[in-house]
Amino acid sequence: MAEFITGLPIRLRQVCAAPGGVPVLHDIDLTFTAGGRTVLLGPNGAGKSTLLRVLHGLVASSSGSIVWGNVTRRPQGQAMVFQRPVMLRRSAADNVRYALDLAGVRGVEANARIAEALDEVGLRALASRPARVLSGGEQQKLAFARVWALRPEVLFLDEPTASLDPAAARSVERIIADIQARGTTIVMTTHNLVQAKRLADDILFLHAGRVTERTPAQEFFATPRSAEAAAFLEGERL
Amino acid sequence: MNTLTESLLVAAGLVTDFDPHLVDIVLLSLRVSLTATIIAAGIGLPLGAAIAVGRFSGRSSLIVFLNAMMGLPPVVVGLVVYLLLSRAGPLGSFGLLFTPGAMVIAQTILITPIIAALTRQIVADAWAEYREQLTSLGAGTLRAAMTLLWDTRFSLATVLLAGFGRAIAEVGAVMIVGGNIAGVTRVMTTTIALETSKGDLPLALALGLVLIGIVIVLNAVAQMTRGWAKVRFG
Repeated sequence: MAEFITGLPIRLRQVCAAPGGVPVLHDIDLTFTAGGRTVLLGPNGAGKSTLLRVLHGLVASSSGSIVWGNVTRRPQGQAMVFQRPVMLRRSAADNVRYALDLAGVRGVEANARIAEALDEVGLRALASRPARVLSGGEQQKLAFARVWALRPEVLFLDEPTASLDPAAARSVERIIADIQARGTTIVMTTHNLVQAKRLADDILFLHAGRVTERTPAQEFFATPRSAEAAAFLEGERL
Repeated sequence: MNTLTESLLVAAGLVTDFDPHLVDIVLLSLRVSLTATIIAAGIGLPLGAAIAVGRFSGRSSLIVFLNAMMGLPPVVVGLVVYLLLSRAGPLGSFGLLFTPGAMVIAQTILITPIIAALTRQIVADAWAEYREQLTSLGAGTLRAAMTLLWDTRFSLATVLLAGFGRAIAEVGAVMIVGGNIAGVTRVMTTTIALETSKGDLPLALALGLVLIGIVIVLNAVAQMTRGWAKVRFG
């Protein structure tokens, strides 16, 4: 396995992003340090998912700088779970194994991590089942098993419960809490304000591609600082 | 009974009796076309996947060229291979002209663009679905291409069957480079052409029945494979 290089803190300076030529993010200045759960909130089109992808190195910034730890190229130790998980045409266990193999974890160590991860998400009994025939909720749990096995330093979650029923969503929330309890820094987006209240340590509010405020969660929901956030919450209350 | 009915009955007899002459022709056809398909797969699958996943200058032009090559006229391929392998040609010293090897080369040239172009399309579609996930997990271009080839294997099996079907049904190129020599380079399609021109319909019809049977079996296998894979692997 390659020597671990920390990817924290993540520092964005004057970052703009225009995926597909469309400007989405403007002059983002942010720093993410170790620990905690940051939830990105904002209306549709605010740039939450794009920001997550910039942080994870999936979308290149069009200007500005982004530094992970001390490097300008995304290091290992990051992982992401998408709203719709993509599973390979192989068994549930082999989907986790594939991720570990890419991370350089093989053999006995890989087998142990696969078993532990599938246990964590409650899919041990389905280990040999083809991943793509699992239900949507099971596939999302498998995506979390993949992440659990990787033991990332930072985990990005793009609306991970958006397409799940309430029971599955709560189950995924428990897994997120467990992952964070192991010391993983969580950055996630959601449209579910109740979930944001439950999960967030701090809220990062985006509007029209700009960060309008970053506030501890309790304070954000009680007295948002920016007019845009207040209007957003008001809209939720209506 | 009219001539056609009689010919059909004799043809059916040739098939059901496993006529040695007919069997030899069928086996040579299968050997040549299977070899060509295996070689074309070895070239076309990685080439198609690389074009699908890779980003390089000239990629769009290459895709247009590859798609255009799917419509290569067999007789033109036959002519080019003939010129290359003829005694005065650059590869004449190998002595391959009018051998099964020459027919394999011609069929390989014909079906490689088909396999590569269809592979590119299938892998590109899969790449659109998998790209973020594989990139997130840290897969480089080569690893991603290999992963996609494996994950689309059932669709690609259909591509290979299509390539084989095209090869075994081809007549123009193998006629030119093989010479249609009895017992050496006479395959099903060239025999059908020859026997029909001679008015010997039973053998032509028998080979036609076998050829159609092969094509039907290939399509059935392709359809069943995809159906099974859909249920088994999603």
